[in-house]
Amino acid sequence: MIHMWLPLVLVCVLAGAGAYGVMVRRNAVLVLIGVELILNSANLLFVTMGSVYNDKLHTGQVMTLFLITIAAAEMGVALAVILALFRDRGHIDLSEPGL
Amino acid sequence: MTTLDILFAAVGLITAASAILAVTTQQLVHAALWLVVTLGTLAGCYLILGAELVALVQLLVYVGAVVVLVLFALMLTRAPLGPSPDQSISGVQRIAVALVGAGTSALFASVLLPALGGQLRPVRTATTAGIATQLFGAWVWPFELLSVLLLMALIAALAVSRMPSRRQTSALPAEESLEPEMPQTPVGVSS
Repeated sequence: MIHMWLPLVLVCVLAGAGAYGVMVRRNAVLVLIGVELILNSANLLFVTMGSVYNDKLHTGQVMTLFLITIAAAEMGVALAVILALFRDRGHIDLSEPGL
Repeated sequence: MTTLDILFAAVGLITAASAILAVTTQQLVHAALWLVVTLGTLAGCYLILGAELVALVQLLVYVGAVVVLVLFALMLTRAPLGPSPDQSISGVQRIAVALVGAGTSALFASVLLPALGGQLRPVRTATTAGIATQLFGAWVWPFELLSVLLLMALIAALAVSRMPSRRQTSALPAEESLEPEMPQTPVGVSS
């Protein structure tokens, strides 16, 4: 038995911290860390709902597995884009204009 | 308070604290390492919630692969090693962003907590065999679609990283007439 507010509060904290990280950081790689935190809050919400509701298809856990895969793919493409940006501009400071 | 409550509170506190540290620390590499702590303890949260397979996949893919990608990206972009306060915005903007972040948390809390927060529920552990049966039964088409997505991401990452830099392409036609070996100029140096 578990009180539902515990995981839900953690979901809220992770989403808020991720949103803060995406907006406050100027380094593109650190922005990605914020994105990862938001994705993980979504994952935790999926797992929480999947583990407390009786669902024959195990939607919560299967969707979490899918989301982890999508996050890994996103991370690979984002890394390639950041490296191309670095080659092009010499820095990855998002608050400065290109060139 | 049940046993699961206490376990989840202990692990969840570490997760929340390290997540906040990951977005507020001034050192770039520390941010990536706090992300490791966040993702690892989140796997512990999944374990407490009865999702063993998801916890193991989280450890394998996130802590194993994604964090290595982040560290590689930091190293390849020549991240400074000491404290570097110029990696975050500061002043009034920072306060405004903190308010927006807190507002995001409050928004989620105001939706989720009144709807579900007061309930005391048994945790339903799903066996790996049961998940596998559903994954390769009901969810098989999304699963296959996901493999196509991974292939596309691989090819896209390759294509983007092989894309010629704008400086090189714009500099090439003028320099070709002068010197054939001019493209050897370092790319990162600003002209």
